[in-house]
Amino acid sequence: MSDGPIDHLIRQLSALPGLGPRSARRAVLHLLSRRDSALEILVRSLEEVARTTHACPECGNLDTLSPCRLCRDTHRRPVICVVASVADLWAVERTKSYRGRYHVLGGVLSALGGTGPEDLKLEALVSRVRACAIEEVILALGATVEGQATAHYVADMLRETGVRISRLSHGVPVGGELDYLDDGTIALALTARTQAG
Amino acid sequence: MEQWTDCAIILGARPHGENGAVVSVLGRDHGRYTGYVHGAHSSRMRGLLESGNRVHVSWRARVADQLGTFAIETDGAGAAPRILHDPQRLAAMLSACALCEAALPDREGHAGLFSGLEALLAHLSGEHWGAAYIFWEIAFLRELGFGLDLSRCALGGDPQTLEWVSPKSGRAVSREKGGPYADRLLPLPAFLKPGGGDDAPEEIIKGLDLTGRFLEIWAFAHHASGVPAPRQRFRAGFENGAIPAQNRDKPRNVTAV
Repeated sequence: MSDGPIDHLIRQLSALPGLGPRSARRAVLHLLSRRDSALEILVRSLEEVARTTHACPECGNLDTLSPCRLCRDTHRRPVICVVASVADLWAVERTKSYRGRYHVLGGVLSALGGTGPEDLKLEALVSRVRACAIEEVILALGATVEGQATAHYVADMLRETGVRISRLSHGVPVGGELDYLDDGTIALALTARTQAG
Repeated sequence: MEQWTDCAIILGARPHGENGAVVSVLGRDHGRYTGYVHGAHSSRMRGLLESGNRVHVSWRARVADQLGTFAIETDGAGAAPRILHDPQRLAAMLSACALCEAALPDREGHAGLFSGLEALLAHLSGEHWGAAYIFWEIAFLRELGFGLDLSRCALGGDPQTLEWVSPKSGRAVSREKGGPYADRLLPLPAFLKPGGGDDAPEEIIKGLDLTGRFLEIWAFAHHASGVPAPRQRFRAGFENGAIPAQNRDKPRNVTAV
């Protein structure tokens, strides 16, 4: 095959998460065989997203509006859910059980990955808490060593603002059977047990 | 084909590619080693690759100089689940792992340090974890060739009244001999004095400043980024979390004697 635009497109697609060279080739063939119903629409969608989508200056969410729709929603409670990434924000939003605001840190502290406090949007979070009369901050960071180290660091930074700080609980997932869980999750669930009855 | 199997403690992991990770471990017989782990983000592997976990590793590579791949299996519950809720203990664990990761030479056996780190991780959920951490850092410095001499006075004073440590030589100084230089000496924590003493948070801070000084001027003097950030955060976080603001000492000037 020649090194033309089709190969270039295959290489671009194969660099995306979840796609390898083989699946990228299949996707390109699919798009080329459905030029009007798939390819043109995809091109327009990509152009529009590239042109109109920006990170929200307040929370860090990705949206075509600035500030984003979530920040503009006046019905949301003065509670901030702190997440590591936009993917985590979307995951919490999918549950439809939270009606507050968000703050995307942009990662977690990682010694090996070279991510320090200066790489995260921590000062912006403290400023928001001070400026917006926030009642509670929920630290929705991963139940990993790095995620929890970041949560403790954020809690320490927010302590002087006097805002109520909470974090997600850890333990047995819905549908989880103890026999199939890893040792760490069971140990954590025992530590974070709650009173029954 | 080069390969070995060993007990190890996970020091850290960084994502590499879509599904893999480059994992750094401290092996009992093989020292600090890095290797690639396939499927590091799978539900089975995710919890296993947390810093501080004790694991069985099998390393394999075509030639010895290659990065190689790790096959990792659990060796019981790690330290993290027991201390995840405690900011200071978690910071201590991350600090110890970061120090090993940053200071230990690659592929050089440190069986004593492995046992020390294993013991520290076991003690982190116990009562006297702060003093255990200071003892571990002193042993860590000794393993790197920078031993502190806290058993006798560097100036020939009474070894039973050791009160200070020289910020230059790392040797203890007695109360009588060190008195005139007290403002330039590092205080010796009570639990490191002859006969022992309590390990109150103020004493742990003294210990962290003591070992931190020598980590900075000895172990990490020639490292571009200096003492690892997790160690610095642990020191700052410990003071903020354990000691009320009005009781905190001002930082001491420890330039040189």
